[in-house]
Amino acid sequence: MNKATTSSNRHYILQSGDFQRLLDSIIGNGYRCLGPTVQDQAIVLDDVSSVKDLPVGWSDNQQAAAYRLQKNGSPAFFGYVLGPGSWKKFLYPARERLLTTTRSRSGWKAEASAEPVQKMAFLGIRPCELQALAVLDKVLLEGTYADPVYRARRSQILVIAVNCAEVGGTCFCDSMSTGPKAVSGFDLALTEIITDGKHHFVVESATAKGDEIVKLAHGVSASDQEISKADAVSTAAAKKLSKKLNTIGVKDLLARNLTHPRWKETAGRCLTCSNCTLVCPTCFCITVEDYTDLKGNSAERVRRWDSCFTMDHSYIHGGSIRNTPDSRYRQWLTHKFSSWWEQYGISGCVGCGRCITWCPAAIDVTEEIQAIRDSEKT
Amino acid sequence: MKAENIDPMLTKPLRIQRVQRELPDTFTLEILPSNGGFHFTPGQFNMLYVFGVGEVPISICGDPEKSKSLVHTIRIVGSVTQAMSRLKSGDTIGVRGPFGSSWPLAEAEGKDVVIVAGGIGLPPLRPAIYHILNHREKYGKVVLLYGARNKEEIIFWKELEQWRSRFDMEVHVTVDRGSGNWHGNVGVVTTLVPRATFNSADAIAMMVGPEIMMRFTVLELLKRGITGDRIYMSMERNMKCGVGICGHCQWSHHFICKDGPVFSYEQIKVLLDKHEI
Repeated sequence: MNKATTSSNRHYILQSGDFQRLLDSIIGNGYRCLGPTVQDQAIVLDDVSSVKDLPVGWSDNQQAAAYRLQKNGSPAFFGYVLGPGSWKKFLYPARERLLTTTRSRSGWKAEASAEPVQKMAFLGIRPCELQALAVLDKVLLEGTYADPVYRARRSQILVIAVNCAEVGGTCFCDSMSTGPKAVSGFDLALTEIITDGKHHFVVESATAKGDEIVKLAHGVSASDQEISKADAVSTAAAKKLSKKLNTIGVKDLLARNLTHPRWKETAGRCLTCSNCTLVCPTCFCITVEDYTDLKGNSAERVRRWDSCFTMDHSYIHGGSIRNTPDSRYRQWLTHKFSSWWEQYGISGCVGCGRCITWCPAAIDVTEEIQAIRDSEKT
Repeated sequence: MKAENIDPMLTKPLRIQRVQRELPDTFTLEILPSNGGFHFTPGQFNMLYVFGVGEVPISICGDPEKSKSLVHTIRIVGSVTQAMSRLKSGDTIGVRGPFGSSWPLAEAEGKDVVIVAGGIGLPPLRPAIYHILNHREKYGKVVLLYGARNKEEIIFWKELEQWRSRFDMEVHVTVDRGSGNWHGNVGVVTTLVPRATFNSADAIAMMVGPEIMMRFTVLELLKRGITGDRIYMSMERNMKCGVGICGHCQWSHHFICKDGPVFSYEQIKVLLDKHEI
């Protein structure tokens, strides 16, 4: 696990009793602090200002098509794994005005939406979700055109990751090399340690900003022994992962099986409800809607998340290209695991397992890919 | 090219100079570009926005060397193009672009060029035809094969006649269904391929039309000996952004908006015969 710890990173110990100070120093530095809360019987990412806002003593039980929050009596602040919503909603909101057009004497004029950008702190982001941000960066920042809204927000976030001590029944980060320990892409990475009635965090800091925040919260230097205890938590978590995906050659495997009968079989269960795309932390499709005021003097263009499971997604005059559920399911799965590699040089899947948990038909991407792989053996 | 500080979704309002009815459901807009003119390469498209209604991708179909006027020929197929057809001279239209890849006009220099268009597929090819005719000496034989559903749907009729009257261009026109007042070729456009004269060893083909037409035209061109890496076609998919962000135009790993719309057959042949990809 030592590969994860770059030598230049600093390590601190933060007592659980000082966690409120951490929140205060984040907020005191001008950040809107966002983190896990319990709402509607799920972990929901929202504003956090007090330790009491955190899901203290809650864990989640996740299986295909099943999600239950449970009180487990543990003092852990981060004893859950993942909620349905990803951090994407703060950087690339589900609905956002793109521009406003207003009639003028000589026609009309267009103005880009210039909403002020608030500095945000992402407290409790998981290692797989850090990778999801790296994936979105490739899509939204590294092309010929960058998305201005995403760029403005992304450049100002403070990233406080929490390494996983528990794993969910649908996670497969180990297979995707994205967890359970954060390797890069954070200011601070916390490992929560509860032993012998003691409760503290080993905090790895990768940036000066991170050092500043953790010192304000009374973090003190960690010993090598304490650091290796934290690493042991991640190692133990990795061992608990039961779901696996064989990713060897998956890009070509799917690309050469575009007409496989499995697509049709699975589509028989798929409701094309688009849940998987909405919970996916890397799905980036958007559509645009137009609205006018009643007098028709001003109009707005609003973008909102879209899903390749809808008929509208592929609609051109005359009808939708992907008419059947088979083709829409194939589009989603092959994009994540195959064509994404061609487009961005990385996998579109980070192994968070949300699409499995939140699929009402319990369709499991790891099973689907394995089934196609197995069919080639015979 | 990194367009760091450009908001790719911000449309630019431009004035319509002239509207011309081409067919009952097809019209041409001539748009006055803002200062500096509008520069594009043949094959590219713009996202055109109608106030309060929506935005659609439309290929540019004017002369690339006449940057003082931006020309789009549009068929009414949905609510946005319907609203666009009601715009008049002096009205404002939103323009973003140009986007996408281009016809291989440099690669085609010194070679014979075969252009195959079906129906409303002629406008996206017209800038390439203009370019070739503007630099006629740089190209070998130039053949245009055009097919429409019937006589009434032949677009750019006068220009087709002008081109056909040139001694340095071969033009064949056909209609799917003949009628009493049509005395030309009858049959789908693929039937014109065998009678076109070109040097198949190094000719370049460019085509636009319905996908099914392009699939069968490719087969005819391959039969004539043009290899797949010299056959180019322009593809169409739903697009909301034009810059590879909205995800709608994906065709396997290709984004039609930025990797296309012009592709070589070699690039896409594994996809062309896949249903609903």
